Amino acid sequence: MRFLIFNFRFAIVRMVVAILVSCTASAIVFAQSDGSQQNKTGRAGTFAITNARIVTVSGAVIENGTVVIQDGRITAVGASVTVPTNAEKIDGKGLSVYPGLIDAGTNMGLAEITQGANATVDLTEIGTMNANAKAITAVNPHSSHVNVTRVNGITTVQSSPAGGLIAGQSALINLNGSTQADMAVLSTSALVINFPRVATFGGFNPQAAPPVDFNDAVKRRDTQIEELKKIFTNAENYARAKEAYLKDKSLTNPATDLKLAAMVPYIRGQRPVIFTAERERDIRAVIKFVTEMKLKGVIMGGQEAWRAAADLKKNDIAVVYTNIYTLPVRDDDAYDYLFEAPAKLQQAGVRFAIGTGDNGAEVRDLPYHAGLAGAFGLSKEDALKSVTLYPAQILGVSDTLGSIEVGKQANVVVTDGDILEPRTNIKYLFIGGRLLPLTSRHTELFDSFKDRKESRTPIP
Amino acid sequence: MKAILVLLLLIFSAGSLVAQVRNEVLIKNATVLTAARGTLENTDILIRDGKIARIGKNLTAGGGAKTIDASGKFVTPGIIDAHSHAMMDAINEGTLSVTSMTRIRDVLNPTDIAIYRALAGGVTAANLLHGSANAIGGQNTMVKFKYGKPVEDFVIADAPSGIKFAMGENPKRSSQSAQPGQTLRYPRTRMGTLEVIRDAFVRARDYKQSWDDFRAKKTNVRPRRDLELEPMVEILEGKRLVHAHGYRSDEHLNLLMLADEFGFRVATLQHGLEAYKIAPEIARRGTGVSIFADSWSYKLEAYDSIPYTGYILWKNGVLVSINSDSNERIRRLNLDAAKMMKYGGVPEEDALKMVTLNPAKQMGIDKRTGSIEQGKDADIAIWTAHPFSVYSRVDMTLIEGDVYFDRAMDIQKRSEMLKEREALEKMDINKAPGSGGTPPRIPTEKRFEHQHEAEDVDGDNR
Repeated sequence: MRFLIFNFRFAIVRMVVAILVSCTASAIVFAQSDGSQQNKTGRAGTFAITNARIVTVSGAVIENGTVVIQDGRITAVGASVTVPTNAEKIDGKGLSVYPGLIDAGTNMGLAEITQGANATVDLTEIGTMNANAKAITAVNPHSSHVNVTRVNGITTVQSSPAGGLIAGQSALINLNGSTQADMAVLSTSALVINFPRVATFGGFNPQAAPPVDFNDAVKRRDTQIEELKKIFTNAENYARAKEAYLKDKSLTNPATDLKLAAMVPYIRGQRPVIFTAERERDIRAVIKFVTEMKLKGVIMGGQEAWRAAADLKKNDIAVVYTNIYTLPVRDDDAYDYLFEAPAKLQQAGVRFAIGTGDNGAEVRDLPYHAGLAGAFGLSKEDALKSVTLYPAQILGVSDTLGSIEVGKQANVVVTDGDILEPRTNIKYLFIGGRLLPLTSRHTELFDSFKDRKESRTPIP
Repeated sequence: MKAILVLLLLIFSAGSLVAQVRNEVLIKNATVLTAARGTLENTDILIRDGKIARIGKNLTAGGGAKTIDASGKFVTPGIIDAHSHAMMDAINEGTLSVTSMTRIRDVLNPTDIAIYRALAGGVTAANLLHGSANAIGGQNTMVKFKYGKPVEDFVIADAPSGIKFAMGENPKRSSQSAQPGQTLRYPRTRMGTLEVIRDAFVRARDYKQSWDDFRAKKTNVRPRRDLELEPMVEILEGKRLVHAHGYRSDEHLNLLMLADEFGFRVATLQHGLEAYKIAPEIARRGTGVSIFADSWSYKLEAYDSIPYTGYILWKNGVLVSINSDSNERIRRLNLDAAKMMKYGGVPEEDALKMVTLNPAKQMGIDKRTGSIEQGKDADIAIWTAHPFSVYSRVDMTLIEGDVYFDRAMDIQKRSEMLKEREALEKMDINKAPGSGGTPPRIPTEKRFEHQHEAEDVDGDNR
């Protein structure tokens, strides 16, 4: 017995030596590449995808063309393009090239496992006013959701904090990078406000929290909006006092308030403010608030946004619609009530994007959210735009993302079919011009178990 | 005499002819995905008395038959959801760890709007399961979604009986914290969960013995009926199907080995998020698995779930179905099946079977439904495009030849319903306070399925 253990120990020592040797070997391999985590962040280079169907989104489809990627950008697109001599060629025959999909409505990287693993959840801060809470500081670049999402063609997401009245600031991130800085497209893309609702529902335990009278609920909502306005006024006053001091140092320097300071670019309409709202009356209240406060407003959720379409259009308030995988609220709503909403927004001329509204794990279904809207009234072209160019426009990044155009960041997906179809496979994936391996936690587990045979050793 | 006989025969056949004509439906010129014998182009399906009478080209029906022009459209068997809680007024009896005496059959609500919305996604039948709050839950019921009919018509009378088991986080109640003064319920670990199940089978075996002895007249004392153990005895006798909720491969295997020990076969592992890790062990026992197409990471025991599960199980010869366990997801099971082609590469027909014939087989109702074959119930969905396309929509859903969903009709009725709604909203009692109405101060409570009992805080049973 002792001898066996000794042998076992010896085996371990041998194994450790073997591992050390192989580690040194692989370190050499990594040193020969670009030195980053090869398997996670891909490799840079000059690439030319030739003979492909190019779905530019911003313009007409090029049935047989070439896309050149260089220094992280798209440097040439067209039917007759000169391929740089140093380019690595990818034969795109039978394949289609799309811009990477963008989901403006996620909490990617802020929650790994929501149930039973609270330590992995960083969605909701304590308190009602957390304007200074920034998603970019809590997004986990190494969340397994990141790779799982991008291998389905989603290259960019907006990740938003949740909870409280002012939840914090969203980040727009590319789904690649070892650090938050690597990922950030906009480290602070929007301020998230959970707009006060008229809520008559007390809670799941009617004894503890009975339903609220409608009038009382309206009053409560109005009080909350007044509180919100007061925060806006305080932030404006704070900004002015700070500015006054900077001009005239003889004045008192107001004590720095991180929360109010964080509000300033948003209350002045320099950056978008996201308001979560679903029902018509709440959306109308948001419109009133946005126009009164002169904000750059975006509705997140937007189940009944189409009912307020004329007002949304008039005031140029965009909608990030996140209710394709949602059941209609009322029994007598049409069965396709929430599938049809994007088409209704489109017809009314409201700027909109389709998002998943998901924490992270299921963001990879974004193409099917858009596709389902396509089955219920939205054109296929607009369905595609609703997850590419439209979210880029709403987030103010359409100069760098959302289409296949020269000069844009090379977030490029090569597929064997319509990117919104569930049977379509992703063949090549570029983010920021880096060619990424199509691997994820899922493919790794798949590879580990796909050929496993039964070992019929009984439990002693 | 002969003349009378001929006359009688004539009357009889004329009568039956009339009956046939009244009960005939002819679907014309469809692309038929049979889920059994491949895809048939430009094909007609003749339905007679609720059954598929003929499949072929240029079929004709008797006068007065309803004809559905399906040119350019796709026809599939009605989708079957192997795990649903639709139309259930209660889900979990979670006060005990063994509630085998409870029956889903007793809590069916045939007016649940979820049924209609599922029909609009091409679903015709579902396995309605007890929740997963306890190691041994209640008895399930197989239904067809005959929305608008009395509840008795929903139940598939000749479907084999079944029961829900559950392993892992839900029965051990990891996500439930005890209220002050409340005692904890055994079990709290996976060890305890398995022992609860073992104990129930040991008691069931003894109970069966006491009846066997009584029937063999070894004793004159008639055993007292035990409604908890009766269904457990039926499992031991192979008369009741076990549908076992679980996630981790080790707990699946524990149950399979326990079933070996007691000499029964587990019909399905429900969810089976890690079933891919033990595919050969599952295959060898002939146990089916009903999976989520690709859900993962929503709880700790779902972290190793992969969308390739369906493929790996299929490759190992396991009978796989895809379920929704959700009134939302049930509406798009066709797309979940499509994903099986993407992840690993399950062939088209086998992927379609995962939401049609395979769940029917798992529930023991494949003789009557699950594929488009002559003699089977005419449970059919008609789609505007290939059902695996995200752009497809259900035009019509038929159960036993009767139309239960018709999109054209649905749209036509909308303006009517809108008018009715407006009229109702104008009524004094429905006006909002402050706008001149006098409604009850506290509105009538609307009960949602998750509000019924404290046990339901176990979550949505995923």
